[in-house]
Amino acid sequence: MLTIENLTIQYDQTKVVDNLNLVLGSDEILMLVGPTGCGKTSILRALAGLIPIESGSIQFGSWTATPKKTIAPEKRNLGMVFQDFALFPHLTVEQNINFRISDKQLADHWINILRIDSLRNAKPDRLSGGQKQRVALARTLAHQPKLILLDEPLSNLDAALKDELRWEIRQALKSAGVPAVWVTHDQDEALSVGDTVGVLREGKLEQLDTPKKCYSNPNNPFVARFLGEASFLAGEKNAETNMVTTLLGETPTFENENVTSKVDLLIRPDDLIIKANEHGVGEVIWARYEGSSRLYAVKLDDESVVKARSPHENQIEPGTRVSLIINTHHPLAAFNKSI
Amino acid sequence: MIRWPISYPFALIVALLAILPVVVLFVLASDSVQFFDAHNLKVLYNTLLLMFMTLIGAVIIGVPLAFLTTYIQLPMQRFWIVLYIAPLAMPSYLGAFTFYAAFGPGGEIKNLIGLSTPSIDGLFGAAIIMSLYTYPFVLLTTRAALSSLDASQVYAARTLGLSLAKSLWRVVLPRIVNGIAAGALLAAMYALSDFGTPAIMGLDTFTRVIYVEYNSFGLAQAAMLSIQLLVVVGLVLFVESRIKGTQEKPSQHLLFFPKPMQLTGMFLSTAPVIILSIILPLAIFFLWLWRDGAGHFDLSIAWNSAHASILAAVVAVILALPLAFAAIAGKLGRLLERIAFVGFGVPGIVMGTALVYVGLQLPFLYQTLGLLVLAYVLRFIPLAVSSIRAKTESLDGSLVNAARVLGANRYEALRRITLPLSMRGIIAGAALVFLESMRELPATLLLGPTGFETLATYLWRVYEAGYFGRAAIPGLLLILISAIALTIMLSGEAGVKTKLTKGPSK
Repeated sequence: MLTIENLTIQYDQTKVVDNLNLVLGSDEILMLVGPTGCGKTSILRALAGLIPIESGSIQFGSWTATPKKTIAPEKRNLGMVFQDFALFPHLTVEQNINFRISDKQLADHWINILRIDSLRNAKPDRLSGGQKQRVALARTLAHQPKLILLDEPLSNLDAALKDELRWEIRQALKSAGVPAVWVTHDQDEALSVGDTVGVLREGKLEQLDTPKKCYSNPNNPFVARFLGEASFLAGEKNAETNMVTTLLGETPTFENENVTSKVDLLIRPDDLIIKANEHGVGEVIWARYEGSSRLYAVKLDDESVVKARSPHENQIEPGTRVSLIINTHHPLAAFNKSI
Repeated sequence: MIRWPISYPFALIVALLAILPVVVLFVLASDSVQFFDAHNLKVLYNTLLLMFMTLIGAVIIGVPLAFLTTYIQLPMQRFWIVLYIAPLAMPSYLGAFTFYAAFGPGGEIKNLIGLSTPSIDGLFGAAIIMSLYTYPFVLLTTRAALSSLDASQVYAARTLGLSLAKSLWRVVLPRIVNGIAAGALLAAMYALSDFGTPAIMGLDTFTRVIYVEYNSFGLAQAAMLSIQLLVVVGLVLFVESRIKGTQEKPSQHLLFFPKPMQLTGMFLSTAPVIILSIILPLAIFFLWLWRDGAGHFDLSIAWNSAHASILAAVVAVILALPLAFAAIAGKLGRLLERIAFVGFGVPGIVMGTALVYVGLQLPFLYQTLGLLVLAYVLRFIPLAVSSIRAKTESLDGSLVNAARVLGANRYEALRRITLPLSMRGIIAGAALVFLESMRELPATLLLGPTGFETLATYLWRVYEAGYFGRAAIPGLLLILISAIALTIMLSGEAGVKTKLTKGPSK
């Protein structure tokens, strides 16, 4: 179990990670996600012992690192997959994977699982991006770490490969049965691979929850926007019934006593059904074709703009008046109205 | 608390060692009676004049050659570039020596073909020879600047109505001025610190006068002159550090396609440069070899050179490693590396003066090979550091981190990752230090133990004694060594190029 308590990391005078608390279960995959500069990579480096920490503690298995008591990276029993893969250029694929292990079977196991058998004797500079990623992963897993850190492992790969490798890595991690901290700035990646998602902003953890909760019931508008297309609709909340009344009708919301009467209701484009209707509530201002679907921006009569998604065959021209219906069976998130 | 990189304490020691000569000079010069006199002024005047004439000469030869080799697709392009850069690798004293012997009323040209030529000596002679051997600095930096320019700017100028010459003048030239200046300052540095050329040409510059003072037991005065020379060198280095090169990646290169006639004309006009700087010395040395034979050459001289230089190469590399690693490790490390580069700016004659004094103070070092090797090491360690760095810079820390995370401690990471990856740089650095030491003249003259002759000092004795024929074998050996040095330097350049194109895309 990994326990991070009050972790602060500082470069010069700037706090890049501020008072972070986190607990990670025994075979859980935690996705740390946030915009560039939110401190996510710094957290990984601190976990690996590659940079000093300013205050707090990191505890894993038998060791506890504090600012006073540094634990050398090689003493931490963890593995790291680097953004640029960090394969040793003077060693072959097999030598890379076997870097510090004598039991060849461990390497062979992962070489087979990750399908890199034909590359055993190749030098890293001959490999494609996806192959490098597999080798880097095999190297890390073969060393049998007790915790795996992944630093944007897919950011140097092209889109098609990302989808495929994402699942391969998740499966490999699960079959190894080790916990992992996976840093990314890609929200799709975060929501689809992780058991838990931690959303970071400017060194602070904004939310730590299951992917589903982070997406549908975010703690604040920042998390809502970061994890997907989000619109906000002004409404009035009834504290007793937990219903919010908006221009589009009445919808249930999550129980939250901190949120009082005037609210902004979070609407995802998929929560709405859009139809051309002369007596509708607003007018389409732009339409975007996305292949399997279409995304529309609709200006409501109260001047606010919401986005709605529809199947691709449902084509509506900009300028058309439309009706919008909230079509969800789950409650929506509401926030206190920002002034 | 951050743990200090293991390289720091070692790097600190090397850096302190590197500034030792400068400290010694100040101690020594405090005994000097005269700070500055009329003769001093004349020496300063000569030195500066030689520096400026060399600078101008190098630009006049180097810039057109840069245009020629960059913008015109030549058959055997690489051969021509190597040929035009070749004079850089040759020590200019070889040129000075052969010019001295070839030209003038009693010179070899008169003896051989009966053609009377004017003597080449004094300020004018020294400036010509210096320009011939330093223009490749300008050629290299200007080429780098030119090839970083995008052709589209010239095309734009042409479509806006400027003639080719005018667009080169108004669009290209302003953007390569820094490149030219950087090369010209390197040429100026060389002119300031070279001993052999002004000495043979009979021009009283700092380096020659320091040697004269040393020989007449005026060590304190030599130190005072050395400091004055170092001040001038420091000024040039300061100006050089202010110049910024352009760093662009052009999408298309400008190329011209001259007619065969024009091309021939261009080549003929550059021929004198190669004839004077390379063919003439080779011809003169071969002439002497043919006339006097090789029988009188004592092989132990070549062995002496090699022996001292191998020691210097090994020691320099061992000392350079912590510096190179420290420079990668952090800011303080980079500062230490900078300090160790002091040796690069200390002319050989100045290094010699300082270490002679060290020898006098520490009798166990006096007249030992160790002191000479120390001089070579301090002077040429920057070469070793830069070659090691060129290879280790690709080690962006993440490889070492990766090894650490896999469970290797810092020593294992050093042994299994950092060292193997630096090996090519280490070997290239050692080779460069070896070759430079083989050719070093003034420090060897001052510090060589009694009776210890190297190729370079033997050549100097031959010049002083006038038995020119005996210079043939050492002269040709020195040219051969220079050719090898050039090959290594160019292969290093190729290494840098491949790194640029194959680097990780971020």
